[in-house]
Amino acid sequence: MSTTIKVNGRDWPVNADPDTPLLYVLMNELELKGPRFGCGLAQCGSCSVLADGVEIRSCQTPVSDVGARAITTLEGLPALYARQKGLATAPDMHPLSAAFVEEQAMHCGYCYNGQTIKAAELLAKVPHPSEAQIRAHMDGHICRCGTYPRIMKSIQSAAVKMSREG
Amino acid sequence: MDDMISPPEVVENDGVQTLSRRGLLKGGGAMVIGLSLAAPARAQAARGAVAGPPDHHAVDTWIAIHADNTATIYTGKCELGQGNQTGLLQVAAEELDLNMSQVRTVRLDTNITPDQQATSSSSSIHKGAPALRAAAAQARQELLARAGIRLGVQPGSLDVRDGVVFVKGEGSFRQVSYGDLLGDKPFNLKYDGTAPPKPPSRYRLVGQRPTRVDMPEKAAGKYTHMHHNRVAGMLHGRVVLPRGQRGFGVGARPLSVDDSSIAHIAGAKVIRKGDFVGVVAEREWDAVKAARDLKVVWREGPALGDNETVFERMRKDKTVDTIIANKGDAGGAMNKATITRGAAYHCPYQSHAPFAPNCALADPTGEQLVIKSSTQDVYSSRKQVAEILGIPEAKIRLQYFEGSGTFGRSCYEDATQAAAIMATATGKPVRVQFMRWDELGWDNYGPAHLAEVRAGVNEQGDIVAYEYDGWQHGWTITSTVSDSAREKPGGERASGSASIAVNPISTGSIYKIPNRRVTSHAVPMVNYLRGAALRSPLDLSFAFASEQTMDELAVALKMDPLAFRRRNIGDERWLGVLEAAAKAANWRPKVMGADRPGGDIVTGRGIALGTHHVSYGAAVAEIEVNQKTGVIVAKRLFGAMDCGLAVNPALVENQMIGQMIQSTSRVLKEEVTYNDKGVTSLDWNGYPVLRFAEHPEVTPVVVQRLEEPSTGAGEEVMGATAAAIANAFYDATGARMRQFPMTPERVLKALELQHT
Repeated sequence: MSTTIKVNGRDWPVNADPDTPLLYVLMNELELKGPRFGCGLAQCGSCSVLADGVEIRSCQTPVSDVGARAITTLEGLPALYARQKGLATAPDMHPLSAAFVEEQAMHCGYCYNGQTIKAAELLAKVPHPSEAQIRAHMDGHICRCGTYPRIMKSIQSAAVKMSREG
Repeated sequence: MDDMISPPEVVENDGVQTLSRRGLLKGGGAMVIGLSLAAPARAQAARGAVAGPPDHHAVDTWIAIHADNTATIYTGKCELGQGNQTGLLQVAAEELDLNMSQVRTVRLDTNITPDQQATSSSSSIHKGAPALRAAAAQARQELLARAGIRLGVQPGSLDVRDGVVFVKGEGSFRQVSYGDLLGDKPFNLKYDGTAPPKPPSRYRLVGQRPTRVDMPEKAAGKYTHMHHNRVAGMLHGRVVLPRGQRGFGVGARPLSVDDSSIAHIAGAKVIRKGDFVGVVAEREWDAVKAARDLKVVWREGPALGDNETVFERMRKDKTVDTIIANKGDAGGAMNKATITRGAAYHCPYQSHAPFAPNCALADPTGEQLVIKSSTQDVYSSRKQVAEILGIPEAKIRLQYFEGSGTFGRSCYEDATQAAAIMATATGKPVRVQFMRWDELGWDNYGPAHLAEVRAGVNEQGDIVAYEYDGWQHGWTITSTVSDSAREKPGGERASGSASIAVNPISTGSIYKIPNRRVTSHAVPMVNYLRGAALRSPLDLSFAFASEQTMDELAVALKMDPLAFRRRNIGDERWLGVLEAAAKAANWRPKVMGADRPGGDIVTGRGIALGTHHVSYGAAVAEIEVNQKTGVIVAKRLFGAMDCGLAVNPALVENQMIGQMIQSTSRVLKEEVTYNDKGVTSLDWNGYPVLRFAEHPEVTPVVVQRLEEPSTGAGEEVMGATAAAIANAFYDATGARMRQFPMTPERVLKALELQHT
């Protein structure tokens, strides 16, 4: 199959078969580090990306289903944020990523691709989420190391910083 | 002090659990891991040019000083997300008088880094730091001696700041940097361990809270996890296993494999070695499909029973019994006690359930077979692969890359072995990744445990008698892939050996009890599930059983559980963590379960103690129980840990948060389920873990002890947390949970029992 998908603002030709999950294309053809395999069953959130700003599980999305949707991975989040905020240049890190470092949140960090993507989806739509909203929104993303309390704090502090910007 | 001055081939003569896990990793043989004597030429060879381990007795093995006045620190302990690289760099930088921006580590690599055995049992700082500290102290001493010559003064008149040696009292008048003194040249110095390390009173970096060195890249998605590795010309491999393991000893044995069943997938190929079955393909999705579609008829095993009846079966099984503790006359004292309480407790098989499945990449195209792997022990994995392939260890180079947190799973390196087998068979690099069902279905699980506990008190509230009988089977010493490839059923730790014994600390020795008997009943593992070390091995089970018994005695005495423990604790460090947790939680004295308000949703608080083997842990839990649905929600947790000198209290706090959340998950939700045919909990629905919406607030408190040696900090508050939640349940409902996980179904049953 020869098709094109739009990822992080660029068009990419894809050679994979149509039924190939988007995740394998992003990892093996585009060599991206953000989305990563966790379960292959859309149960854990490891492979999450944004499709037109909506979080999807790339492990269960056949590449042929992507269509014209603009895919944003963890790598593309700073640029997406700059566009959302009307900033002249993209920051080095999305404010959420910076908050995770600030709060010293993670252990292994493997699930943080999904945590970041999902939280970015939330904050783009709900700038000041309540704790209950954050809990409900993030519930599909497992952290086996058990860092949920600091993910929570990081999302809250990033929300404050983001609302002051742009 | 011995640890401080000896290179790290010293025997780790610590507690039961560590010994057993080390033995396990090394194939159950001798506990003393000898040095492989390095070739004399090694010291001159470029770092990484030949197979290691490098000479432990060379300072150059541990430290390199660069011309830009920075240093590379070579440690044998790997980053698993616990932040040990940061902590170890602090230790080295402290001794060298460098700052954190001047030091870095490298990934573990059997051609480069020293063999410090497995990164397990919370040993990085406890066991990994002393050797590094001593090497750094000697390096500093040597650099000062050289600076003395250069500056024409006695080394005693010199001091160092940020790697710049200066004459005390002269400001910057005469000074020289480490980089100028050594600049990328070797020390060529025998590591003798005689240089005195800094006294803790002079620490300026150890005990502080520098931030984690690995986090910025991880947050930005720039970190290279194991799963990100790719090399040119690489194939993708998958293992082929039945969905869910059968009984231990049966393994995965194919009766027939129908290669034609994957003929429709272009380029897909079956790889076999003994009973091992795998598939490779050029494209990853093709490998996934080939593993899914390959028709294999597997040999069936005997009926396995199930996870509900396993306790009955263990109770009746033929066991090898070991008396773990026997003091006074427990039976006699029990008969004379004023009040006794006791019960049987049922604790499930649990899975490591790493978030990212096993993954490895083996490349056979160079002089050595180069394997990238997230093993917790690069040297042990190298040895295992050498045995499977029948080649010398020196022909293999193991390079560590962090996967996800694995909690003991990566002591068993199935993917590493599978990648090595498939790469050797194809002559091409092969990247292997487990599927979720391989990971959850073929884990080496934390074994189920049955406890029968009884304890008695006198009128004053002193514990006078304690008996603990525990049943569990042991741990396998091999991986499924190596069992299959060698067509040998997996080995088990010898009956009665340390790995299958009840841990005495969490079964009574926290308290001063004059009459105490602890007995371990080892069940043979054959036709149970594969057992292994799961983070804080069995400690949740011991604490769940023992600390509920303690609480029952306090209730019977109408005593506050904190006051009861205070009275009976035999050690000021246990008292220290107990008080610290209670203070953080603003504990108010009460009799547990008294004055319960009615209503569907009730709340409770519980307190408990526990540990893994050396450090001290205490926890307070506040929970909510919906008596109509049976759902328990942990609302707030407070934990305290004393791990001696906490090199970086922030790292310990972060570890404690993870431990308390994971322990909540394990006591409320996690259970490996199986039936006669095999394991049935094969995905995150079948093996649920704590979710974001359910997580409690967590307050970790580090009890800092600057003058005490550092001990482990990665597991030691888990037992206390699980038990505190169980005790909080009683406080909320007046009912006892004798089995975990405390699922809604079991909660409703316990509440029903209470009302009948």
